[in-house]
Amino acid sequence: MIKLDRVTKVYPGGTEAVREASFEVEKGEICVLLGPSGCGKTTTMKMINLLIHITAGKIYIDGVDNTKIDEDELRRNIGYAIQDIGLFPHMTVRQNIETVPVLKGWTKAERAKRVETLLELVGMGSGEFIDKYPSELSGGQRQRVGVARALGADPPILLMDEPFGAIDPITRARLQDEFLKIQREIKKTVVFVTHDIHEAIKMGDKIALMNEGELVQYDTPANLLYRPKNGFVEKFVGADRALKGLQLIRVKEFMWGFPPTVKTDETAQAARQRMKREGINQMVVVGEGRKFLGWVEWADLEKGKMVSEIMKPSSDVATVDTVLNEALSIMLSTRLNNLAIVNEDNRLEGMLSFDAIRKALSETAQRGESE
Amino acid sequence: MRRQVVLVSLIALCIGLTVWVTSMDRVGIMFPFTWEGMAKHAQRHLQLVFVAEIIAIAIGVPLGVLVTRPGFKKLAIPIIGGASAGQSVPSMAIVAIMVPLIGLGFRPAMVALIIWGVLPILRNSYAAINDINPAIIEAARGMGMTRGQIVRKIELPLALPVIMTGIRVSTVVLVGSATLAALVAGGGLGEIILVGVFVGEPLIILQGGAPAAAMAITMGFILERIERWMTPRGLRVKAEIS
Repeated sequence: MIKLDRVTKVYPGGTEAVREASFEVEKGEICVLLGPSGCGKTTTMKMINLLIHITAGKIYIDGVDNTKIDEDELRRNIGYAIQDIGLFPHMTVRQNIETVPVLKGWTKAERAKRVETLLELVGMGSGEFIDKYPSELSGGQRQRVGVARALGADPPILLMDEPFGAIDPITRARLQDEFLKIQREIKKTVVFVTHDIHEAIKMGDKIALMNEGELVQYDTPANLLYRPKNGFVEKFVGADRALKGLQLIRVKEFMWGFPPTVKTDETAQAARQRMKREGINQMVVVGEGRKFLGWVEWADLEKGKMVSEIMKPSSDVATVDTVLNEALSIMLSTRLNNLAIVNEDNRLEGMLSFDAIRKALSETAQRGESE
Repeated sequence: MRRQVVLVSLIALCIGLTVWVTSMDRVGIMFPFTWEGMAKHAQRHLQLVFVAEIIAIAIGVPLGVLVTRPGFKKLAIPIIGGASAGQSVPSMAIVAIMVPLIGLGFRPAMVALIIWGVLPILRNSYAAINDINPAIIEAARGMGMTRGQIVRKIELPLALPVIMTGIRVSTVVLVGSATLAALVAGGGLGEIILVGVFVGEPLIILQGGAPAAAMAITMGFILERIERWMTPRGLRVKAEIS
């Protein structure tokens, strides 16, 4: 969706802000640009919508060289969210959100509908906010409006420059969670700039860690934590990265997608064969439409003929966005070694095993010892 | 509220003094100016102020905005600096210098007033645009507004209150300065003051000075209301909260 090919930015005067950065952001992914201040992350982001011009290299959007597109047109098709000071103070919430739709010449009815949808999406749909001014809102509300405004004309791409930067930690965490929830629904391609490693790990499908204008490592959050490419990465993510991972990494990074399952109307014999083949001693039981129902255990297989007789019903589940330490504590309280991962409709999306987490942690520990 | 009471009392006092002197039979050795004469001079005074102010706005606002544009930024220091320095030249001197250049009458008075009136407008327009949070402009650019759209939809509305303050200051200053127009035979209430000075009659000086003062205070007051009314509600709310 967005491809950077050896992108370089040299400012007049010779300062090299970005040096030959190449990476690709897949459609529907959140790519976090992370690094200490002055590392070139914001410059890199602003070259995508040409707020900053590229010195050398190319940026392709959907395969098209972005310098070949009319700049204003390009920007109208890329959502842009910055810290809350970027809201227009003399415009109401409605006017702010419909900025791009107005520029694109939408009709009044289309705009009204869109504003309503977006306010609903960011949890401000009660109608009490629509005619308020930014100065009448709380910091968190302003930030939500900022996100809604960036989504104004439903652009496929979203650029976010420290959008939750100037917010207290509790509200920030809530906004992050809300945004992840929205993102699951809208599946935009997002480029997200932050200097906060916690935020990066929480928000990113991929993280581009930059330092002094160079891209140091472009990887998943788990790989950044557990397979740091060099000393800088290790130092940047911090010495407590094993535990940081537990607090920050989402279940989806370690879960087993499409695990073996068994239905209630199958026989215990069928379950035994499948468990033997997969080498597991607990297996998920699903019902109609892959809805999660409970577990069968190897030790219980002799106790009945049908799965429905021997299964242990369970309602302890997590979602793909549950953080690992939360998942771990659910596991500990259920005395199961596994946890079912489901979506909002309780449909099975995967399975998380205690072993997978331990393996990841011990890898880090070993790395630490060998140094 | 208390300020309004003071202002209204001042205006009433000035008008009262004017009426008092004008309705006298004699002031010392001479007759005071008649109602007719007062109306004529007041009218000419307002005419000078309004025409000069409108031209000053037409020059000051666009020029102030222009020097904030990239490409013209280099001009900002000489123009704004020059304007500030110019404001420290006594208005009397500006009026006086017009005589050898343009001669006597309405026109030199006009030119001097325009020069005098344009300075606060120019300075405020420049400062108002320059003080807008760059993040707001960048957000506008990032969303695909053209340069013209940013000026029209973002910069001017946000700068309007401060520009209006410049216009108010300039108008009030011009009402006072316009009394000097009489020195170059430009007419206005200054003529009454001059006569008072020549015959050494303080009450005649008052007859010209008091209505000019009433005019300045009234206009300042009206323009302040207009300023508030033109301030976008979103900015007004903020001002009230903080």
